[in-house]
This record gives sequence, C-alpha cells and structure tokens, in this order.
Amino acid sequence: MKLGVQVLAVSTDSRFVHKIWQAEELSKMVEGGVPFPMLSDAGGRIGRVYGVYDEAGGVDVRGRFLIDPDGVIQAMEVLTPPVGRNFSEMVRQVQAYQHVRRTKGAEATPAGWRPGEPALQVGEDLVGRVWQVWKPKVEA
Amino acid sequence: MSQKHKGCVATAQGPIVPKDQGTQAKPDQTTGGGAMQVMVGHPAPDFEATAFMNGGFNNLKLSDFGGKWVALCFYPGDFTFV
Repeated sequence: MKLGVQVLAVSTDSRFVHKIWQAEELSKMVEGGVPFPMLSDAGGRIGRVYGVYDEAGGVDVRGRFLIDPDGVIQAMEVLTPPVGRNFSEMVRQVQAYQHVRRTKGAEATPAGWRPGEPALQVGEDLVGRVWQVWKPKVEA
Repeated sequence: MSQKHKGCVATAQGPIVPKDQGTQAKPDQTTGGGAMQVMVGHPAPDFEATAFMNGGFNNLKLSDFGGKWVALCFYPGDFTFV
C-alpha cells in the first residue's frame, strides 16, 4: 500500500545528533535507517509557530500535522511526551482525506471509515438519513 | 531544495513569515497578537530547517514538498520513542 506521503521528522536536536541517532539506534530498528529527512528545529522556532514547543522543557512535544498537496493542514494531533503515537490512525486519516480529495469533496467519510467502505454523499438529502447508510462500529 | 553543500550547511531561516505578516504587522486578531497559531483548514506555515537526509546534511523548506501529502512530525528528542 503506497500512500505517497512524505514524512518529515522534527526535533530540537541538531542535525549532527540526528545522524548519530540514525547510525547508533534507528538503523538497528529499520534496515538502512529511517528513509525520511530528520529536521533540526534549534531553539524551537518552528515548534513555536506550530504550537508544539514546550518552553519549560526546551523541546517540541509530539505533534503531527497532515498537510495536503495544496499546503493546507487537514489534520493535527498533539501528545505530551510519555505516550507515543499510533501510526495506523494517521494512515487511516490519510486514506480518508485522499478519498475525499479524489471525490473533490462530494463525499465525506464517517467515523472509523476504512478504504472500500461506503462513504457519505454530502448534501441536503443526507440530513436525517445517515442511519440508513452507515452504522457506527465500536472497536474494542 | 537548496544546493547540497560539501562543507558546512548554511544557517536555516526557521519559520518563514509572509512579508505582509512581518514584525511590523498589526497584531493578529485571532491570536490576540501572540505567536502565529496553526489551524486545520489553513495553510501550514512555511519554514526552512537544517536536516539530516540521505546520509548527508542539507537545508530544506516545507514548501519544497508542495504538491505532495506531508506528515510533519515533531518529537521531543532523539533517542526517545517517536
């Protein structure tokens, strides 16, 4: 499955630390190391603009911004440091936003939508009729 | 993307504020004059950063990736879990 998403990883570490992290640890988790650029946000200047710079800690907290091909932010998620992300939810959101974009906004995706499932035809006809076309599922 | 340098990489600009939003601009009403804030449905603020990529050092801008989906992921520090 190819989503065509360019990942950019950003921390306040220098590019030199990024290099050593890749060499010493990441390359032991992922063969060949992680394949995306690792950016240095020295001083948190970029993180401040994105609202993820923690002044007290001097670091960027875990923030993820999904940006569409027009440069518009479609989704964001920000977590405090102790909890790591769930990339499968980001992938699901990318698939959903790409579906919406393919339909030029004519369709929207209901909660928990996955590729291949019916999406919603946006319009006044849908008002009060969502129950007919979509049943919520609760995942444990 | 900027030219790959053999030696030291030039200092990166950090956030790239549009000319009409420079320091002389009037306070942003949506943020009460504070730092620029991001919001879904609005353009992602451009920036330039130094980067480690493809085994070397380079400067890159967010706008270098125009026309592509981008997942911009901040994290607290190297040698932590991403």
